[in-house]
Amino acid sequence: MEAVTDNLGLFVSGYWRSVTICLYALVGSLVWGTVLAVFRVAPVAPLRQFGAGYVLVVRNTPLTVMLFTTAFVLPQLGFNAPFFWLGVLGLILYSSAFVCEAVRAGINAVPTGQSEAARAIGLDFGQSLRSVILPQALRTVVPPLGSVVIAMFKNSAVLGAFGVGGDLFSVSNRLTSAQGYAVAPVLIGVLVGYLAITLPTGALLSVLERRVAIAR
Amino acid sequence: MTRTASSRLVLSTVFLATALMAAACGGDDAATDTASTVVADASAGASDAASEMTDESSAPSEDGPVEFAEGTTMAELAEAGTIRVGTKFDQPGFGLQNLEGVPEGFDVEIAKLIAAGLGIDEENITYTETPSRIREEVLETDQVDVVVATYTINDERKLRITFAGPYYVAGQSLMVRADETRISGPEDLSDTAIRVCSVDGSTPSENIRQYLGAETQLTLFDVYSKCAEALAANQVDVVTTDNVILLGLVAQSEGAFTVVGEPFTEEPYGIGVPLGDVEFCEFINDTLAAAAEDGSYAEAWASTAGEIEGATDPTLPAAEPCS
Repeated sequence: MEAVTDNLGLFVSGYWRSVTICLYALVGSLVWGTVLAVFRVAPVAPLRQFGAGYVLVVRNTPLTVMLFTTAFVLPQLGFNAPFFWLGVLGLILYSSAFVCEAVRAGINAVPTGQSEAARAIGLDFGQSLRSVILPQALRTVVPPLGSVVIAMFKNSAVLGAFGVGGDLFSVSNRLTSAQGYAVAPVLIGVLVGYLAITLPTGALLSVLERRVAIAR
Repeated sequence: MTRTASSRLVLSTVFLATALMAAACGGDDAATDTASTVVADASAGASDAASEMTDESSAPSEDGPVEFAEGTTMAELAEAGTIRVGTKFDQPGFGLQNLEGVPEGFDVEIAKLIAAGLGIDEENITYTETPSRIREEVLETDQVDVVVATYTINDERKLRITFAGPYYVAGQSLMVRADETRISGPEDLSDTAIRVCSVDGSTPSENIRQYLGAETQLTLFDVYSKCAEALAANQVDVVTTDNVILLGLVAQSEGAFTVVGEPFTEEPYGIGVPLGDVEFCEFINDTLAAAAEDGSYAEAWASTAGEIEGATDPTLPAAEPCS
């Protein structure tokens, strides 16, 4: 295991780099995914169609193709940014489609009577969404959303192949192929690193789930 | 590349399985007709195969004096009549898979020279794709007999495998867009506005760090073609790796890229053999020396990496002691 202990600094910096990517992607995809879900239930037809089209296209696109698009095609169309942000953008765009569907499931799970009651007391679509539907919907989607988030964290390993260097998985590339360490111990180190991201996330999610659970 | 290779493997496995099933079905049909015919057929087939095999195994010894001491790797390989070679499948000029799925390049030619020295025909070489990160592993786990894969000799790697050669000395260089004026050598990379591209986990990517003003200047991909893409789209300013690889990219760019300055490192490419197999290593060094003398080394270069514009013909470097 000296491959790991000798290079602990490298692993730790890779760990924080991955955590940073995950945090940006988490905030971005939750916001954009929720907006998409709202689009899909909106009373405006073009918004519904946009939401449905987005999910249809993005959910059926492989992550690598999405990242290739943001990292190489966007700059050719004149949208240039550092590879870090292009990679994070790709991950957000990809994961939002899944977040959207989870949130939409939550919205659909809110009994119709709730939105009818909201309308009856004079709330418009935005108001009833903000203060009646979404608060209840988001509570029920914690478990499926948790799976989406954890999958996204693991997907962040792919960004290393698109110019976002220094993350946990690219540390293993550096150690095994450039510096000649054996693959197995290095990969175990990487595995522990990812577990140190996903396990606390899972624990947080179950605390959150208990906190916001609707007593029925 | 790996994904294509593995999907091809799956495909060929499926094909093989189908073929076997078809053969089995054919056998069943024949068996219902007359059992005796099938047996006779089978024994005839077997004896055919056997005679073919004896033909093949006796061929090399008629060709030339291939006599090796009992128990050496050379004796084993010559006896088996096959050799397993690890090489790269994505490196223009050195090891690049052609449309038939067979790798071509200088590394592959070097492997053929070694095989010829053992009296093994070209058709009996099995190629395995060995990207940089698994090159030690495949030797340690006996998946290949030799690795010829733009494999830089260094001390860390020598702890795990033994190197024959070197058979070529490359050097790290810089490739820029043809209209670039700021960069003429690695010293210019201390300017933090200059963005540098290389491949994750490669020796050049480690070397270049000492010249950079900041770590954030470095962009790493999994293959060099993405670096070239990023250079063309103005997303990076420099691509760095061994000069021969850069020359391959320059040749593909149709004048958009150029290599600047002289190589600033020495990367002696060696041939990996299992750790401690000194006899095999010495045999390879002797084979290379003989190939340099009779011109087949120069020919191997000229027909592969030597075809890339701007590549200079090498002379065989002096072999390092086997240990």
